[in-house]
Amino acid sequence: MTLHDLYLLSPYVATAGMGILVVLLDLVTPRKSLLAAVAVLGVLVAGALTLVQLLDMGGILGGPGLPNLVSDGGVLAGSLSVDRFALFFNFLILAALGLVVLASTDYLRRMPGHQGEYLGLLLFSATGMMMLSAATELITIYIALELTTLPLAALAAFLLTGRSTEAGMKYLIIGAISSAVMLYGMALVFGFTGSTSLEGIAASFRVPAQQDVPFGSYAMLAGVALMLAGFGFKIAAAPFQMWVPDVYEGAPVPVVAFLSVASKAAGFAVLLRVFYTGFLDYDVDWGALLAILAAASMTVGNLAALGQSNIRRLLGYSTIAHAGYILVGVAAVAGVAYSPGAGPAFTTFGPSSVLFYLAAYLAANLTAFIAIIAISNRIESDRISDYAGLVRRSPFLAITLALALVALIGVPPTSIFIAKLYVFTAAVKSGLAWLALAGVINSVISAYYYIRIVRVMFLDAPPSAERIPVPVPSRVALAVVAIATVAIGVAPGLLLTAAEGAVKALAGVAR
Amino acid sequence: MISESFIWAILLLPLASFVVIALVIRPFLDRASALSGRVLIGCLTVALALSLWTLAATAGGAVPDFQPHPWLDVGQATVALGLLVDPITAIMLVVVTGVSLMVQIYSQGYMRGDPSYSRYFAYMSLFTGAMIGLVLSSNIVQLYVFWELVGVASYLLIGFWHHRPAAAAAAKKAFIITRIGDVGFLLAILYLFSQADRFAAAGLDPFHIPDIWQAAQPLATGGAVLGGAALTWVLLGIFAGAAGKSGQFPLHAWLPDAMEGPTPVSALIHAATMVAAGVFLVARFYPLFLASPNAMTVVALIGAFTAFMAATMGLVMNDIKRVLAYSTISQLGYMMAALGVGAYGPAIFHLFTHAFFKALLFLGAGSVNHAAGTFNMRYMGGLRRFMPWTYALTLIGGLSLVGIFPLSGFWSKDEILAAAWQGGGSVEMWVSRLTLGLLLAGVLLTAFYTWRLLHLTFHGEFRGGGEREQSDLAASAPPAAAEVPQHHGAAPAGNHPSGVHLAESPWVMVLPMAALGVAAVAAGFVANPQWVQRLVIFPAHWLTDFLDAGLEHGLGAAAEAVHPIVPKFSLEVALASTAAALVGIGVAMLLYRSRASEAIRDPLERMGPVHRLLSQRYYVDALYEGILVRRVFYRAVAGALDWVDRFLVDGLVNLVGCSVRGVGRGAALFQNGQVQWYGVMIAIGSLLILAGYLVLG
Repeated sequence: MTLHDLYLLSPYVATAGMGILVVLLDLVTPRKSLLAAVAVLGVLVAGALTLVQLLDMGGILGGPGLPNLVSDGGVLAGSLSVDRFALFFNFLILAALGLVVLASTDYLRRMPGHQGEYLGLLLFSATGMMMLSAATELITIYIALELTTLPLAALAAFLLTGRSTEAGMKYLIIGAISSAVMLYGMALVFGFTGSTSLEGIAASFRVPAQQDVPFGSYAMLAGVALMLAGFGFKIAAAPFQMWVPDVYEGAPVPVVAFLSVASKAAGFAVLLRVFYTGFLDYDVDWGALLAILAAASMTVGNLAALGQSNIRRLLGYSTIAHAGYILVGVAAVAGVAYSPGAGPAFTTFGPSSVLFYLAAYLAANLTAFIAIIAISNRIESDRISDYAGLVRRSPFLAITLALALVALIGVPPTSIFIAKLYVFTAAVKSGLAWLALAGVINSVISAYYYIRIVRVMFLDAPPSAERIPVPVPSRVALAVVAIATVAIGVAPGLLLTAAEGAVKALAGVAR
Repeated sequence: MISESFIWAILLLPLASFVVIALVIRPFLDRASALSGRVLIGCLTVALALSLWTLAATAGGAVPDFQPHPWLDVGQATVALGLLVDPITAIMLVVVTGVSLMVQIYSQGYMRGDPSYSRYFAYMSLFTGAMIGLVLSSNIVQLYVFWELVGVASYLLIGFWHHRPAAAAAAKKAFIITRIGDVGFLLAILYLFSQADRFAAAGLDPFHIPDIWQAAQPLATGGAVLGGAALTWVLLGIFAGAAGKSGQFPLHAWLPDAMEGPTPVSALIHAATMVAAGVFLVARFYPLFLASPNAMTVVALIGAFTAFMAATMGLVMNDIKRVLAYSTISQLGYMMAALGVGAYGPAIFHLFTHAFFKALLFLGAGSVNHAAGTFNMRYMGGLRRFMPWTYALTLIGGLSLVGIFPLSGFWSKDEILAAAWQGGGSVEMWVSRLTLGLLLAGVLLTAFYTWRLLHLTFHGEFRGGGEREQSDLAASAPPAAAEVPQHHGAAPAGNHPSGVHLAESPWVMVLPMAALGVAAVAAGFVANPQWVQRLVIFPAHWLTDFLDAGLEHGLGAAAEAVHPIVPKFSLEVALASTAAALVGIGVAMLLYRSRASEAIRDPLERMGPVHRLLSQRYYVDALYEGILVRRVFYRAVAGALDWVDRFLVDGLVNLVGCSVRGVGRGAALFQNGQVQWYGVMIAIGSLLILAGYLVLG
C-alpha cells in the first residue's frame, strides 16, 4: 500500500475514522449535541476529499480520456476502483447521510445514552456503501456488503421497542440468508471462471475454451442467479422485498430514510458494476430477466401500497415500486449490451438513467421522510388518517410532504418526472417498449395512493389545532431536499452530465 | 459595451425581489412588510439604470448578438435560453422598468395599511420581471413562458382583493379571454416545431427568433422556409395571442373589467406591462409580418376598428377608470393599426409615449379616488380646487392623450396618421385610407371623452363623492343588496373606502405622477419631425429611425426587399388631427358647460337607443357571458361532458379501481409477518430466476 493508495482511500478512512471518533467522544463529553456536529463534520470532510479526487480527474466532464486515478493494479491490489462511478455514489451516499443526521437531531432524544453509537453506526454503514460502489472484486464486494448491512440491522433495532427489535431481527435474518445465497453464487462464479476480480471474470468469458467445462454453463447460470438474488435484497426488488414493509414500519424513521435511499443506491451501484463489468460477455440474455423483475417489482409494490393505512408501510411498498422503475434502466443496459447492432449512441443511456434516477429519488424520498420524521416526532403516529388537516398545523411540512409525494408520482417539473422520462426512454431505445408501457401504467396507479395522502393533509379537518414545530436543522435539511427535488426537475443538465461521465468508468460502457 | 451579465441582471433583479418578498419577508418578517415595497423599488432603480445603460449601448451600436445557452433537448430540436437585445427591446426595457418604478413608489402611498401589503409587492415583482423576461427573450419558447407568466401575474393582481366577487370574476375573465388568444400563439409555436427539419436543412433553429425572421425571407434557391399560406396562418396565430393580451376586438372584453385590481395595477397593466406585450409581440415578429400582406391587412383593420369602437364606448362610461380602460383599448388599436399599415417605428413610438401618459392618467384616477371615495364621475366634480397638483397633471395626461401640440401624444399619434396617409406599406391603398379615416374619427371621439372626463371630475361643483353614492344606492336598491356597496379598485378598508376626504394626495403619490407628467410632456421630443435637426442630444427623428435601423439589422440581407414606412411630417395631417381634436373638445365643452353642478343625468342619455347600445358595450359582453358561456358552454358542452364523465369515465374508473384494489389486497396477504416465510420467498425467488435463465438463456 502506497501513499497514493491512502489518498484514494481517504474518503472511506474519513467516514470510518469519524465514526470511531464519535463513539469515543460519546464516552467523554457530556454535551451530546456535539456528536451530531462531529458526524456532519465527517460527512463534510469525506465530501471534500471526494471533491478533491473528482477535480483531480478533471471535474465532472473530465478530459478526453476520462482518466481514472487507479494506478496499475488498482487500489489494494485491484480490489477497489476509485473512478467517477464510485465518486458519484460517494456524493449521493454522503448527501443522504448528512441530511439524515441533520434531520435526526431531534429524534436522537428518544435514545438517551446511545447517541454516539447511533451516529457511529450510521457512519460505518455509509463507509460500507461507499466501498460497495467502488468494489471490483467479489470478496471485497461481500465484505463491503456486510459492513453496510450489519450496522443497519443494529440501527433498525435501536428503539428497543417490540416493533423496532422485530424490524432489526428481520433485517438481520433476511440479510444473512441473502448473504449466504449470494456467497454461494459467488463461489460458483469463482469456480467456473477461476477469478474473483470482475476484470478476470469478464476476461474468462472471452476465452472460448472456458465454455467447455462440464456442467460449467449451468453452474455459472446458478451463480449469476444467486448473486442477483443477493443484490435483490439490497435494492428491495421483488421477490426479495418481503422484509421491506415490516422494517419500514418498525425501525426508527431516520434509519428508514437512510435505508430507503442510500442502501438502495449502493445496491444498484454494485449491481451495475458487477453486471456491466463482469457479466457483459456472458452469453445469456440477463436483460430480459431483469426486465421481468422490474415489472414484478413495480406491480407488486404499487398494488400492495393501495390498501395501506400506515404511511411508513405505504412508503415501504412505494420504495419497492421505485426499485422496479430503476431496474427498468438496468434492464435497458442489458438490452443494449446484448444486441450489438443497437449502436454506440445509447450505450450510456440506460446506466446513466439509473444514476440519474437514484439521485432524483434521493431528493424526493428524503423530502418525504424528513417531513415524516418531524411529524412523527410530534404526533407519535404513522396512521395516514392522523395526518388530517396537517396543512393547518404546519403549512411548511404539509407543502413539502405534498411536493415529495407529487414528485414520487413523477409529475413535472419535479426530479422524478425527468428520471422516469430518461428510464422509460432508455427502455424504448433498447427494444423494451412493453416495459416502458408497464412503467407508465404503474405510475398512474401509484398516483392514487400518493394523492390520497395529499387529500387527507389538505382537505380533511385536523384532529387538534396544535402546531407542529420543526427544529432548525430539520428545517434546513427539508428545504435543501425540497429545493433539490424541483431544481433537478427544472435543470437536469448538470446531473445528467455527471451521470453520463460516471457510467463511462464502467468497462462495458467505455468500450 | 455592456456585458451579458448586466442585461441578465435587469431580468433577475425583479425576480430576486419576488423570491425575497415571497419566501423571506412574507413568511418571516411580516411585521416589517414595509420592507417589501422598498426591496422592489431598490431593485427596480438598479434595473432602470441598467436599462438606460443598455439603451445607450444599443444606440451606440455596442451590443453584440449574444449567444444562446442550450437548456433542453426535445427530440431533434434544442431549446436555448438567450437574450435578444435590439432597439425595441432596449426601449421596452426603459419603459417597463421606468413606469413600474413610478407605480411602485406611488403604491407605497396607495396600498398603505393593506393587510396583504407584502403579497402585493411580491406579485408586482413577478409581473414586472415576467414582462422584462418577455422583451428580452431570444427564443420563442422562452418568450412564451414569460408570456404566460405575465398572464398569471396579471390574474393574481386583478384578483388581488379576491374576497370581492367582482374582482375574482374579473381576474377569471381576463385569464380566460387572454387564454383564448394564447391558443393561437401556441399553435403557431407548435407549427414551427413541426417544421424543425426544414429549418435545420436551412441551417436555422426553429425557436430562435432571429432565425425565424430569416426563415420568412426568400432563399437563394427560390421560395422560403416559411412562406405562403402557412406563414399567414402562423402570423394570424401570433396575432391572436397579441390581440388577447392587447385587448383587440373581439377579445377586448376583459380589459375594462380588469380595473377590479388595485389602481396602481391598472396603471401598470394599461401602460407598460400586460397590454404592451401584445403590441410588442407583433413588433417582435415584424419581419415575418412584412412578408405577408394578408396578415398585415388583418392587423391594420382590426387595429383601426378597435381604435374606433373602443372610443365610442368610452363616450358614455361614468366610471373614470372604465373611460380610461376603453381609451387604452382604443390607443392600442392605434398601435396595431400603425403596425398593420407598415409604420413600425411610429407604433412603438406611440407605445412609448402612451406608457407615460396613460400611467399618469391612471395614477391621477387613483389620486382622485383617494379624495372622493368613488370612481363614479357623476359624484365627483369641482376637485380642481382641492387637488391642484392632481388636476394639473391629469390635464397634461389628458391633453397628451388627445394629441394636443406640443405634448408627447401629438407627436406619436401624428406619425401614425401621417404613415397611414402616406401609404406604401405592404397593404393596399384602400386599407391605409380606411385606417386613416377610422383613426381620425377616433381622434375626435378621444378628444370628446377626455374632456368629458376632465370636466366631470374636476370642474363645476363637488357632487358628494362616495358618501352620496352610498346613500343613493341604499335609497334605490332593496336593503339586502345595498349592504355591500363596495368599490372596485378602491383603496383598502383602512383608507375610508367610500369616505370623502377632499385634499391633495400625499407626496409619495404626487411625486411619481409629477415624474410621469414630465415624461408625458417631453417624451414626444425623442422623435421630432425631420425638420428639427437636433434637440439637446436627440438627432432628428431619432427614436423612429433608431427602431427602423434595428429592424433592418434584424432582417439582414433581406432588408432591401421589404422595409417599413418612414413617415414624413405632413402639415395637412397635423392640421386635420388637431382640428378633429379641437372639435371634440369643443363639442364636449358645449354639452357639459351649461350643466348645473347638481345635474347627475348625462346629456348623452338623450341619444336614447344609441346611448344604451354604447353603455351596454354593443352587447358583446352579454353575448360572451349570456349566450356563449351560459347557454352554449355550460349547458351544451359541459352538460355532454358531464354525462360522459359520470357514466362512462367514472364507470370505467370504478371498475378498474375495484379490481386493482382486490389484487392489492391479495398481494398484501403474502405479507404475513413470518420471517420464515420471507426466507422461503427468497429461495423461491432464486429458483424462479434460475428457471428464467434456463428458459430465456
